[in-house]
Amino acid sequence: MAEMAGPRRTERRKFAVEPIEFLMWAFMVSVFMIFAGFTSGYIVRKGDGNWLAFTLPTAFLLSTALVVLSSIAMQWTFSQAKKNELGKVKTGMVITLLLGLGFVGAQLLAYSQLVNIGLFLNGNPSVSFLYVITFIHALHMVSAIIALIVIFAQAFRFQVHSKKLMGIRLVTIFWHFLGILWIYLYGFFYFMN
Amino acid sequence: MAHTQEHHHEHHKETFISKYIFSMDHKMIAKQYLITGMIMALIAALLSLLFRLQLGWPENTFPWLETLLGDWGKGGRLDPNFYLALVTLHGTLMVFFVLTAGLSGTFSNLLIPLQIGARDMASPFLNMVSYWLFFCSSVIMLISLFIESGPASAGWTIYPPLSALPQAIPGSGLGMTLWLISMTLFIASSLMGSLNYITTILNLRTPGMRMTRMPLTIWSFLTTSILGVLSFPVLLAAAVLLIFDRSFGTSFYLSDIFIAGEVLNRNGGSPILFQHLFWFLGHPEVYIVLMPALGITSEVIATNARKPIFGYRAMIGSLIGISVLSFVVWGHHMFITGMNPFLGNVFMILTLIIAVPSAVKTFNYLATLWRGNIRFTPAMLFAIGLVSLFISGGLTGLYLGNAALDINLHDTYFVVAHFHLVMGSAAMFGMLAGVYHWYPRMFGTLMNEKLGYLHFWLTFAAVYMVFFPMHFMGLDGVPRRYYNFTGFEWMQEWGDLNKFISISAILGTAAQLIFIWNFYYSIKKGKKSPQNPWQSNTLEWTAPIEERMHGNWPGDIPHVHRWPYDYSVPGAPQDFIPQTVKDDDLPEEIRQGKVKPAPEHAGTPASETVADKLLFSRFINLFGFKKA
Ligand code: HEM
Ligand SMILES: [Cu+2]
Repeated sequence: MAEMAGPRRTERRKFAVEPIEFLMWAFMVSVFMIFAGFTSGYIVRKGDGNWLAFTLPTAFLLSTALVVLSSIAMQWTFSQAKKNELGKVKTGMVITLLLGLGFVGAQLLAYSQLVNIGLFLNGNPSVSFLYVITFIHALHMVSAIIALIVIFAQAFRFQVHSKKLMGIRLVTIFWHFLGILWIYLYGFFYFMN
Repeated sequence: MAHTQEHHHEHHKETFISKYIFSMDHKMIAKQYLITGMIMALIAALLSLLFRLQLGWPENTFPWLETLLGDWGKGGRLDPNFYLALVTLHGTLMVFFVLTAGLSGTFSNLLIPLQIGARDMASPFLNMVSYWLFFCSSVIMLISLFIESGPASAGWTIYPPLSALPQAIPGSGLGMTLWLISMTLFIASSLMGSLNYITTILNLRTPGMRMTRMPLTIWSFLTTSILGVLSFPVLLAAAVLLIFDRSFGTSFYLSDIFIAGEVLNRNGGSPILFQHLFWFLGHPEVYIVLMPALGITSEVIATNARKPIFGYRAMIGSLIGISVLSFVVWGHHMFITGMNPFLGNVFMILTLIIAVPSAVKTFNYLATLWRGNIRFTPAMLFAIGLVSLFISGGLTGLYLGNAALDINLHDTYFVVAHFHLVMGSAAMFGMLAGVYHWYPRMFGTLMNEKLGYLHFWLTFAAVYMVFFPMHFMGLDGVPRRYYNFTGFEWMQEWGDLNKFISISAILGTAAQLIFIWNFYYSIKKGKKSPQNPWQSNTLEWTAPIEERMHGNWPGDIPHVHRWPYDYSVPGAPQDFIPQTVKDDDLPEEIRQGKVKPAPEHAGTPASETVADKLLFSRFINLFGFKKA
């Protein structure tokens, strides 16, 4: 990842958490706050009444399954990188990538299911919230996919191995985070709708 | 001395672009923030003079306005729509671009690595990106001044429907769109900065720099950044919903609305929802603005009173207290939105509790000054000025925080007076104190003191002349954001006072030219500064100020052996003991405890106190930040 100024070699300290990884965790807190803002807005708005209840599209079940599988694949890939199994790393990345794209596809499928039963973006706020929140989540997923592609390219230049794990480590953490975030959102919609 | 050679090597490689433009050196980025912030401040001040002209002389015509503004000043009168645009941009530029980015960006960047003994930020690259995003967002915001329909005009709080319906008023169109784009970039920039600051402070402290040995500046930058990381994303969420309302026909904030007799096809939205989301950021934001100024003040007051800061731990505690409370009081901006009175009471009580940590800070400042051996440098004057403004503006907060009183005072000039004293002026004073104090650290020269005094006294007089009388107008019910008050019989008695305020504002702004001249003149022509001009204890003065290198220290980074406030220690050879001095190097009688090093520090020179062990070290180890 980006180079770190930090201490010189002679001043190198042992960190329990590398600064750049720490930065990643703090970043995830701030991403979570976006969704905390959305979901609290949802609750506040729902309290005002005029709220259309509807059943969630079934495609969300598919996307949930895909996101869980992709997390498992990502974790497996990371463990292979630790073991220097470079071939398996590449395979794992491809699988994760496909599952990630599948997730985005499943979200699009969910939108089309909504449209088919006449629930549009500019309808009742209960529907609009669902569209906007899942859309912003999907945007984050796309950014994670791009990061994964970058790491994938590095793997071809033999840049991902047990001595150089930080890049893949950060992507793995972010990937799991987005999966957990999705499960939170799905649960939220399921119980709040 | 391998390091020195290494540095010379780096030096030759630097080009103009990598040194001055796309620099990754935190000291250069600090200067970039400062100068951009100063330019934005000047523009924002000039905008305010234009609308003060309207408020002071609503009946007069000024032909030159038409020359300057074209259609916006037709016939020598300011256009009412442009008046709203001016108020909006003035607030936006001052709150976000000057007092958030300009203040935090400058001093967090300059001081965090230098005062904690780090070579640079955790990620210098991200730091550079953060500045350039800020720069782009500034340019976009300024461009909106030059488009035909004018800039955003819904106030700095951009409440819907004016912000959500592009056809509502002229400024609701392209101007509002540019505002949203600019602020999105701004939020991204601010997040990158804050994440970097937090990571650097928690991870890259030099050996010996325990959390409880950090200067209060660093503590304030830390709490400020944490507030930013938690609250700016919520503004982003609010802005996303607003963008969908504007461009994609959703109705998050819009309900049945008539425009020019026509019903719009929106239903079910709630403009109050926007207020909740906005103020969830908005209130922490006022402390994001103020806290760095408070941190700077702590440092400047202790150094120039030659006394340990009174109640170091209480200062940290009150920063944390203010930060936590600031997330649960946003409702006090919404007392008149028809909220449940019970909820209103909860917000009222929480709001009034904020007065407690605020008072702790105030009394600690006063106690630090008490019987100090005070040096009235310009920085010190501005720091004391901040304390004065914090008191006079903070007291009116108690009136506004009282729901029953706020129903009368909301949206009047009383609120304008409150926040300009406690936020606008106080934070500006903190920023100026910081500039005077750390100018030698940035440029290696000293600013002219006489001009500094002149600047201080004119500014101090002007802010009170401008903002104090507004309290009385507000108590009389004069509303804020009105274009003129000539249409109402009972408001006309305030006409003369409005003239007085406008004249004072012009004088106050003119006084800033002294500062700007002093600032630029002293860069090249100022007296050369000694290495440690204020005899300060903190680490930034151990790095050479003559040659400002990337990496800060030519040799090894300094290690820290004490807290930063050992001033006027009885028995010590000098009246200050820098943080790098070991206990072993101190005279015998201090070491043996015959003379106490400093009141606050008594009994804890080398060993950790119980609180330190229990609260900070344990907590920090828990998260894996081993102190070296
Ligand atoms: C004892 C502490 C304080 C209390 C109880 C307090 C209370 C309030 C209340 C109730 C309002 C809403 C008034 C209204 O719109 O009707 C308000 C407005 C405001 N306060 Fe304070 N305040 C305090 C300190 C501060 C500080 C320290 C700052 C900034 C550093 C600040 C900045 C502001 C701003 C910017 C507004 C106006 C926002 C706007 O409507 O444009 N306040 N304050
Ligand atoms: Cu507030």
